[in-house]
Amino acid sequence: MTADTILASLQLSLPEIILAVGALALLMIGVFSGERSGTTVIGLAVALLIISGLWLVLATGEGQAYGGAFVSDAFAKFMKVLALIGSITAMVMTVGHARSEQLDRFEFPVLIVLSTLGMLLMISANSLLSLYLALELQSLALYVVAAINRDSLRSTEAGLKYFVLGALSSGMLLYGMSLVYGFTGHIGFQEIAAALTAEGRSLGLVFGLVFILAGLAFKISAVPFHMWTPDVYEGAPTPVTAFFAAAPKVAAMAMLVRIVIEAFEPVVADWQQVIVFISIASMLLGSFAAIGQRNIKRLMAYSSIGHMGYALVGLAAGSMAGVRGVALYMLIYMVMTLGTFACILAMRRKEGGNVENIDDLAGLSTTNPFMATVLTILMFSLAGIPPMAGFFAKYFVFMAAIEAHLYALAIIGVLASVVGAYYYLRIIKVMWFDEATGEFARTAGELKLVFGLSGLFVVGYVLIGGPIGAAAEAAARTFF
Amino acid sequence: MTDWPILSAVTFLPLVGVALLLLTREDSPYGRRNILNVALLTTVFTFVLSLFIWIGFDNANPGFQMVEKAEWLGTGISYHLGVDGISMLFVILSTFLMPFCVLASWHSVEKRLREYMIAFLLLEVFMVGVFVSLDIVLFYVFFEAGLIPMFIIIGVWGGKDRVYASYKFFLYTLLGSVLMLLAIMAMYWQAGTTDITELLAYNFPAHMQTWLWLAFFASFAVKMPMWPVHTWLPDAHVQAPTAGSVILAGVLLKLGGYGFIRFSLAMFPLASDYFAPFVFALSVIAIIYTSLVALMQDDIKKLIAYSSVAHMGYVTMGIFAANAQGLQGAIFQMLSHGIVSGALFLCVGVVYDRLHTREISAYGGLVNNMPKYAVAFMILTMANVGLPGTSGFVGEIMTLVGVFRANTWVAFFATTGVILSASYALWLYRRVIFGALEKESLKSLLDLDLREKLLLYPLVILTIFYGVYPAPVFDATAASVDALLNNYSAALQAAQPVALSAN
Repeated sequence: MTADTILASLQLSLPEIILAVGALALLMIGVFSGERSGTTVIGLAVALLIISGLWLVLATGEGQAYGGAFVSDAFAKFMKVLALIGSITAMVMTVGHARSEQLDRFEFPVLIVLSTLGMLLMISANSLLSLYLALELQSLALYVVAAINRDSLRSTEAGLKYFVLGALSSGMLLYGMSLVYGFTGHIGFQEIAAALTAEGRSLGLVFGLVFILAGLAFKISAVPFHMWTPDVYEGAPTPVTAFFAAAPKVAAMAMLVRIVIEAFEPVVADWQQVIVFISIASMLLGSFAAIGQRNIKRLMAYSSIGHMGYALVGLAAGSMAGVRGVALYMLIYMVMTLGTFACILAMRRKEGGNVENIDDLAGLSTTNPFMATVLTILMFSLAGIPPMAGFFAKYFVFMAAIEAHLYALAIIGVLASVVGAYYYLRIIKVMWFDEATGEFARTAGELKLVFGLSGLFVVGYVLIGGPIGAAAEAAARTFF
Repeated sequence: MTDWPILSAVTFLPLVGVALLLLTREDSPYGRRNILNVALLTTVFTFVLSLFIWIGFDNANPGFQMVEKAEWLGTGISYHLGVDGISMLFVILSTFLMPFCVLASWHSVEKRLREYMIAFLLLEVFMVGVFVSLDIVLFYVFFEAGLIPMFIIIGVWGGKDRVYASYKFFLYTLLGSVLMLLAIMAMYWQAGTTDITELLAYNFPAHMQTWLWLAFFASFAVKMPMWPVHTWLPDAHVQAPTAGSVILAGVLLKLGGYGFIRFSLAMFPLASDYFAPFVFALSVIAIIYTSLVALMQDDIKKLIAYSSVAHMGYVTMGIFAANAQGLQGAIFQMLSHGIVSGALFLCVGVVYDRLHTREISAYGGLVNNMPKYAVAFMILTMANVGLPGTSGFVGEIMTLVGVFRANTWVAFFATTGVILSASYALWLYRRVIFGALEKESLKSLLDLDLREKLLLYPLVILTIFYGVYPAPVFDATAASVDALLNNYSAALQAAQPVALSAN
C-alpha cells in the first residue's frame, strides 16, 4: 500500500475518523470535568455527529478504501445519513430525561457516538472481516447502553439478556463467515461473488450463508431471532429504546442488503427463500403478538419486528425496485419510530414520573390535542394507511415483491398489515374514544419538536416524496 | 375547457376550511357559532364551485374532461385528475350532501365540534378525490384515506357501541382494499403505468383479468356492500351520528359502485362477463334477503341500512348487466339513493334529536302533531319503495329493464324485491307516523323548525324533480356510458375467436 492509497482511504473514511477521534476527545473531556459534565458532552456529541454527517454529504467521494475492506457509495451514504439522523435525534430526546433515567453520565453520549461509528463502518463494510469488527464495535457499545441505568433491575436485566443473546448471534455469524471463507477462499464481497459465479455453490457454503443470515436476522430482530426485542425494549430506559429502535436497525438492514445483494448475488435462490421465510414469520408475529400488549414500549417492540418483516419483503425481491423499497422503508420507518418514541417520552405524569401503559393515553385528544393528533397520524402511518408516509413505504416494497412474482409473500404481507392495523387502532381508540383519566406534565420543547417534525414529514410525504424517492433510487442503483 | 385547475380547487378547497377551523376556539357560544359558520360556508362554497364542473361539462364528449396532470413522487405515479360522464355527477353529489351534514349537526353535536367539522371536511376532500382521480394509485390513496375521518367520526361521536362499529367498519374495508392494492401493483408491472386512461386502453390477458377482477371485487364488494360482506354497514349506520350516516349512505357506498364501473367493468371486460352470473346471484340474494331482514328490524336506522344493501343490489345487478339501460340505471340509482337514503337518515335524525331513541316502538301517531314531517317522510319513503314519479322508480325500472335483457330470471327475482321494499318501508311508515298519538313522550313534539325544513325540503324536491325529469342526469352520463359499453363489447368480440380456436 502506497502513501497515496492510504491518503485516499483516509479521505474516504473521514466521517468515521472524525467520529472515532471525537469520541476519544469527548471521553477525555468527560473524565476531566467529572460527573457534572453529562449535558455538555451530549451537546458536543450531537455537534460531532452533525459535523460527521455534513462531511459525509458534502465532501466525501465514492470508491473503495483500505484494500477493498471499506466502500463508500451512494447506498452507503444514504443509509449513513439515516443512521446519523437516528442517533442525533435519539440523543436530543435524552436531554430532558437525563436526570431521571440516570443518563446524565458522560459515558452515555460517548457510547452512543462509538456505536454510531460502528454503524457507519457496518454500512460501509465490504468484507466479512470489516463487517464483523464494525458490528462488534456497535454491539458492545449497545450492550452497555442498555444497562446504563445500573440501579434499575429491569435495565440491567435487559443489558444482560441483550449481551448473552447478542454474543450467541455473533458466534453464529462468525461461524457462518468462517464457512463461507473456507468454501470460497475469500472474505471480500466482490471476490466471494466472483468465486461463486465461477465455481458454483457447495453445500458448505449454503450452511455458511444460513448462519450468516441467522446472525444478521438477530440484529434486525427478525423472527425467529426476535426474542430479545420485547424484553430489551421494555427494560432499557426509554430514550435508549428510542435509539435502539431507529439507528441500529437501519445499519443492520443496510449491512444485510449489501451482503446478500453483493456477495451472495450468484446464489440468489438460496438466500431468497430464507429471507422470504423470516419476512413472513416477522410480519405475522409482529402483527399477532402485539395485539395482547399493554405496555406501549413492548408494543413498539413487536411493531418493529413486524416492520422489519415488511422491509425484508423488498429485499426478498432482490431487485433494484426491492432495494429502493428497503431504503425508503427504513427511512420512513425511522422517522415514524422516532416520532412515536418522542410521544412515549412525553408520557409523563405531573407526579409519579413516566408511565408506559397504553391506557395511560386515555383521553389524550382532550388533554393534549396536538400530541394526540401527531400520535394518531403516526399510528395510521405505522399501520400503512394512505395518505401517510407509511403507506408509501409499504407500497414500494410490495411493488417489488409483485414484480418478482412473490405473490404468496405479498398476500400474506398485506393481510398481516390488516391485523397490524388492529392494534394501532387500539392506541387511537384509547386517545380519542376513551375518557381522560389524568393529564400529562408539560411536554419538553425538544420532544415536541421531534414528534412535530416527524408528524409533518409523515403527512407531507405526499408533497416531498419525489426527491426522497429519487435519492433512494440513486442509492439502490449502486448495486445494479 | 377551463384553463384553471377547477378539479383541484374543488377537491382541496375544504382544506381551507380546515385551516380556518384550526384557528377557532370552541369554549364559548360565539366560538361554536364561528365553527358552524366556517364549516357551512366552506361546504356551500365548495358545492357552488363544483357546479362549475357541471356547467363547463361537455355532455357530448365521452372522454375525460378538465384534465390536470403533473408528475408525482417520481415513480410512475402521476397526479392526474379529470372527470367524465360517469364520475362527474358523483362529485356533485358529494359536495351537495356536505352542507346538509353540517346543518344536521347544528345542535346534535355537543362535544368537540371543531374536530367533528375538521373530520367532515377532510372526508369531503378524500371523497371528491376518489371520483376525480385518473391515476389508480392516487385513487387508492383517496379511497383508503377516507377511512381515517370516518373511523374517528363513528368512534368519537357515535352511539353506545361505537367502538365496535368503528373497528368493524375500518378493518372490514381495509381487508378488502389491501387485495386491490396488490392487484394495482400487478397491473402496473403488466401494463407499465398506473394512469387510468392508459389502463382503460390496455387489454389485460384473460387469465390475469380473472385474478385482478377478484381482487378488485374483494374491495368494492365490501364497500358497496354486497351480501354476504354487508354486516359492517348496519353496525356503522346505527352507531354513526346522523351526518355520518348521511355521508356513509350517500357517498361512501357509491365508491364501490363507481369502482365496479370504472375498473371492473371497463378494465376487465372478459372477467366481468365471466363473473356476471355470480354477481347476479349475490345481488338477488342481497335484494331478497336483506329486504326480509329489514322487515324484522326494531331500529329505524338499521332498517334503512338494510334497505340500502338491498338497493345496492340493484346497482351491482345493473352494472354487470352491461347494457345501456342497466348501466345508466345503476348510475342513476346510486345518485338517487344518495339523495333519498341521505334524506331518510336526516328524517331519523329529526326525531332522534327530539326523543333520543331510534326504537320504532317508541313512536306512533306523529302525523297528528308533526304533519310537515309526515309529508316529507312519506315522499322519501315512497322514493325508497320506488313509486313512479320519484327518483327511486327511475333507477329501479332501468336496472330491471337492463337485467331483463341480460337474464330474465334474475329480473324476475329482483322484482320481488320491489314488493318487499314496499312492505318494510310502508310498514315502518305506518308504525312511526300513523296510528293514535298515545305515548306521553310524543305529545309535546314540535313540527319541523326552519333548519330542519332547510334540510329536508330541498332533498324532497330533488327526489320528485328527478323522478319526473331525469334527463339532466342521463344526458351527462350517456356519452361516457356508450363509449364504455362499445369498448366492452369490442373486447368481448375480440376474445371470441380466441375462445373458439381454443376449443
